[in-house]
Amino acid sequence: MNALTFWPAMSEILSTPSGDSTRFYVLEHHPENGTLLGFWLYLMSDCLIFACLFAAYAVLGRNYAGGPSGAELFDLPLVALNTALLLLSSITYGFAMLEMQRKQLNRTLIWLAITGLLGACFIGLELFEFVHLIHEGAGPQRSGFLTSFFSLVGTHGLHVSFGIVWLITLMVQIRRHGFTTDNTRRLMCLSMFWHFLDVVWIGVFTFVYLMGVLP
Amino acid sequence: MSELHLPAEAHHEHGNLHADHGSFKSYLTGFILAVILTAIPFALVMGKVFDRSSTTGLILLGFAAVQVVVHMVYFLHMNTRSEGGWTMLALVFTLMLVIIMMSGSIWVMYHMNHNMMPGMMNESTLETRPESMGTMPPLPAASPESTSESK
Repeated sequence: MNALTFWPAMSEILSTPSGDSTRFYVLEHHPENGTLLGFWLYLMSDCLIFACLFAAYAVLGRNYAGGPSGAELFDLPLVALNTALLLLSSITYGFAMLEMQRKQLNRTLIWLAITGLLGACFIGLELFEFVHLIHEGAGPQRSGFLTSFFSLVGTHGLHVSFGIVWLITLMVQIRRHGFTTDNTRRLMCLSMFWHFLDVVWIGVFTFVYLMGVLP
Repeated sequence: MSELHLPAEAHHEHGNLHADHGSFKSYLTGFILAVILTAIPFALVMGKVFDRSSTTGLILLGFAAVQVVVHMVYFLHMNTRSEGGWTMLALVFTLMLVIIMMSGSIWVMYHMNHNMMPGMMNESTLETRPESMGTMPPLPAASPESTSESK
């Protein structure tokens, strides 16, 4: 409420050109990209969540409690396929952003759809893996290793799932309203989110899967 | 290739209204680098190239670190200029917290495992036992012999 009454007064000050108004000028110019910076800060806090889960896995990752180990459970070709899918979805999202820059609505939608499909395949494979593990009796309650594994990989999977929901929502928004300033900004935020999840996946496939199968 | 560059260049001209989205070339460079940096670790592990796990583990971590940087630069367009350097500052701060938390957790929990968990009492911990329990009275069963020997 306070800001609303404060702001018009500010713009009046700004509209009068005077020599020593540089401080106000900076104040007015900054909020344009404010959302992107704020979203980046959110991603950094998300990064801390993943860091906690990684730390938990680092501590518990070899506590098998007499149960199956990573070497017995992980199917590396499947993980490689998952990694490829997520990496491909990262670059197709990049292409969607390039088409957005050129105001090509349909092409953007096509690239976004491909990105969403790749993401859905990733989630499908991950769910398949989880169901397979639980079916084998290696569910999250089996050992400390599996608890931390399911928490970490599951949290990443949930992020991707919500990313897909967000992606579909934005596709509908773009079809209806086109590249408005709001939609462009939203697409840029989702871009950061999507690429960030790919960065987290690098940690997952290296630290959990590849190092997990090492003797 | 060259006509693909034009929009990106034209985009740069209209200033700071949007963040930098990169170009087709930069995305492709990043993608190719990422594929290479992903393929090598998988090949190392699946082909069982090194005998020692610690060697493979360290190399894997190295590749992961490089790939994270590649993703940051080519996909997330990280640089020191965007948002007046605030994104970079936030990233550096987060990395600092992550490093403290990861290394701290591993360090503390390793020592707790080593010192406190009865299940972890293998040969090496049994050998170090007399030092850590030096101030405690000798065990009842072993006490007659050990005391007579010391005299």
